[in-house]
Amino acid sequence: MDTTTANPIQSASPEGKHGHLFEREGHDKLDLSKEEIALEVRNLNLYYGDARALNDISMKIPAKRVTAFIGPSGCGKSTLLRCFNRMNDLVDSCRIEGELLLEGKNIYERGVDVAELRRRVGMVFQKPNPFPKSIYENVAYGLRLQGVNSKRVLDEVVERSLRGAALWDEVKDRLSENAFGLSGGQQQRLVIARAIAIEPEVILLDEPASALDPISTLKIEELINELKNQYTIVIVTHNMQQAARVSDYTAFMYVGDMIEYGDTDTLFTNPLKKKTEDYITGRYG
Amino acid sequence: MKNWWKSGSPWIWLTGGAVTISMIMVFGLLLLILVRGFGTFWPHDVIETQYTLPGKETVTVVGELRRSETLTATVLRDAGISLPEEQVTVTRHLIKAGNRDVTGKDFVYYLDDFMGEWTYPEAITVLERREWGDFYGRPLRLLEQGQVIAQGDGLWGEFQQRLGRSTALHDEIRSIEKGAIGDINFAMERVRLDRRRAELNEKLTPEYEAQLQARSAALDAQYAELRQRLDSLYTDVRRDALVLQVASGEEVTVRLADIVNAWQPNKMSLPGKLGAYVVNFFDFIFGYPREANTEGGIFPAIFGTVTMVLVMSIMVTPFGVLAAIYLREYARQGPLLKAIRISVYNLAGVPSIVFGVFGLGFFVYFLGGGIDRMFYPEALPAPTFGTPGLFWASLTLALLTLPVVIVSTEEGLARIPSTIRQGSLALGATKGETLWKVVVPLATPAMMTGLILAIARAAGEVAPLMLVGVVKLAPTLPVDGNFPFIHLERKIMHLGFHIYDVGFQSPHAEAAEQLVYATALILVMLIVLLNLSAIHIRNQLREKYKSESD
Repeated sequence: MDTTTANPIQSASPEGKHGHLFEREGHDKLDLSKEEIALEVRNLNLYYGDARALNDISMKIPAKRVTAFIGPSGCGKSTLLRCFNRMNDLVDSCRIEGELLLEGKNIYERGVDVAELRRRVGMVFQKPNPFPKSIYENVAYGLRLQGVNSKRVLDEVVERSLRGAALWDEVKDRLSENAFGLSGGQQQRLVIARAIAIEPEVILLDEPASALDPISTLKIEELINELKNQYTIVIVTHNMQQAARVSDYTAFMYVGDMIEYGDTDTLFTNPLKKKTEDYITGRYG
Repeated sequence: MKNWWKSGSPWIWLTGGAVTISMIMVFGLLLLILVRGFGTFWPHDVIETQYTLPGKETVTVVGELRRSETLTATVLRDAGISLPEEQVTVTRHLIKAGNRDVTGKDFVYYLDDFMGEWTYPEAITVLERREWGDFYGRPLRLLEQGQVIAQGDGLWGEFQQRLGRSTALHDEIRSIEKGAIGDINFAMERVRLDRRRAELNEKLTPEYEAQLQARSAALDAQYAELRQRLDSLYTDVRRDALVLQVASGEEVTVRLADIVNAWQPNKMSLPGKLGAYVVNFFDFIFGYPREANTEGGIFPAIFGTVTMVLVMSIMVTPFGVLAAIYLREYARQGPLLKAIRISVYNLAGVPSIVFGVFGLGFFVYFLGGGIDRMFYPEALPAPTFGTPGLFWASLTLALLTLPVVIVSTEEGLARIPSTIRQGSLALGATKGETLWKVVVPLATPAMMTGLILAIARAAGEVAPLMLVGVVKLAPTLPVDGNFPFIHLERKIMHLGFHIYDVGFQSPHAEAAEQLVYATALILVMLIVLLNLSAIHIRNQLREKYKSESD
């Protein structure tokens, strides 16, 4: 365990002198020049009260790719994810410095409509959280919020979204039943259908498979592969195999720092940093 | 011993014992009410026996055994009754002899030692009368306009038939008096108020006056017609009478019009008694009280209680729920909010009579008086809302039960998983949309829990109600066929107050005792019924909103 990075305040400069000793040579910085950039984080610091939870994070997230955040518990990967749709606003003591650009516009600027932002940046949580409504109404919820009440439009969107979430065949005969009657895996896919029903640009997945059994997990992973054709996906996961399987780019975080960000194959087979290597080989975390 | 302490058994015994004692007390209370309450309606056998106190004349005793008790002989010796030296205890029986108008006392104690053998003659008849309580005697003759038309074997059959006729006539008289004439009176009062209102507004034109006169004349004509019909009905119903021989041998004539019900318990089989029991029970529930509430049914009290609880629920739920939503969802958590919360919780501990006094002062006199001056000036000085009534009683109870609803709703809101709220927010819902579309529906079972507690508390409350709208005898129900159909300003009867009134304010304590138990039984059943229906609704809501996390 690297004691110098235990305290997030002290670890403001994690790549201290001795850190470089373990780095391999001959790697270039991550090249995203060929990618279209969906989200850009610039020098983001996040504090809970006085404690700093994210340290000077800067990164670019490519559009229509899957980007995974990995790292041990408490490293700030979920916190960073929640910055993208300003879910951290719900925490009273939370304070943010820096910029976060969605299509070039800072979402933390004054006057940004948070509800509008969240329509563009959808989110799926760790635990399935369907609403206490029918399957149909769950999917239609976001559209109804926008004032869409035409039965024809709703029917069409509900079917398209459920098909998109690979759930249609399982629920098409019981759309009016309560969503709580579905299994955990089905609920999670329903939640994804609910998120894509409003056609966001980005979908944030916060450990979407951690509460599910292996078969449901597999289905969710297949779904992510499907979805990346249309959406920019950012996924937080504890499961490194999952990150390796589904993502195109992976960021490794450790105690509030972005240690390494690279394309998934490189990061897992040939990590630049010692900490990354330790983590992916299971030495800590 | 030490091991026994260590094993934890003492705690099991202690906690289990506490539960046992609570259960014994609750079930004991319920059992007492059940036994006494349900016993009221049973047609008991009627005893006939001879009673001879030493040095006094022999008297014939006819009546139902109400209860028996054992006394020490000393008490009776002190009372001047001579008993054998060696005797230590004496049994005495309380006999309900009825015939209050004949003998002057309908409940008498008799000492077992001086009673002859008990017999149960089949001919003895019990009459439930509209006045003077029950009557016990042997029927002798049936009279029509004073002429004997039946006696001996055919008497009972003929009597039953004619009793049916007189009961039907009586019901018709009642329906005319209460219904049609009541409606006419209501309309007459309207005419008077319309005239007064026009006077106050200085709009009483001759045309309007003529119109009012016409309305009044039409009503008078209707009334005269009904009066005529009533007179003929009264003559009809007074036609028949039954002559009975009472215990003393005297002959007494009872008009069939005065009889509610008649039975010969000693002759009845078990199914017959069960039938009579059911009839008595329904008469009690659906009948109107007679004889200063000590006889007859309690329908107006049941109706008043239910109406009051319903109006209270309609008042307290929106207020309580909205207040709880503000406190939990919108208000900034801080010392002020803490103080408000503590005040609300403590409101539940304020003695209920204080709410009654507040209700009388604020609701009745201040609000009610204000409403009268603004909207009912034509009725003054007679108050409309400025006097205790259903609405104020419900409002006072709503205030009393508000804390319960607020606390339950707040707890319900607090229990809703934050992931569900976040799920809604993440779809671009605002806080308000999330609250009303997702959070509040999920909290409805908790709101129902609050309402259940509120109903349980409100239905059993008496003290504040005496001040704000409940009376011993309300002439009319708060709901009837006259516009606006629900009369919130009317006074109501209430089961809890009825128990107090019958049990402690009635001139015939012995006669009232059983009614107290029966009324208590109905009140308990009513509260259970109200609660069960609320619980049923809650369970349906829970079923609807159940999630895997529950």
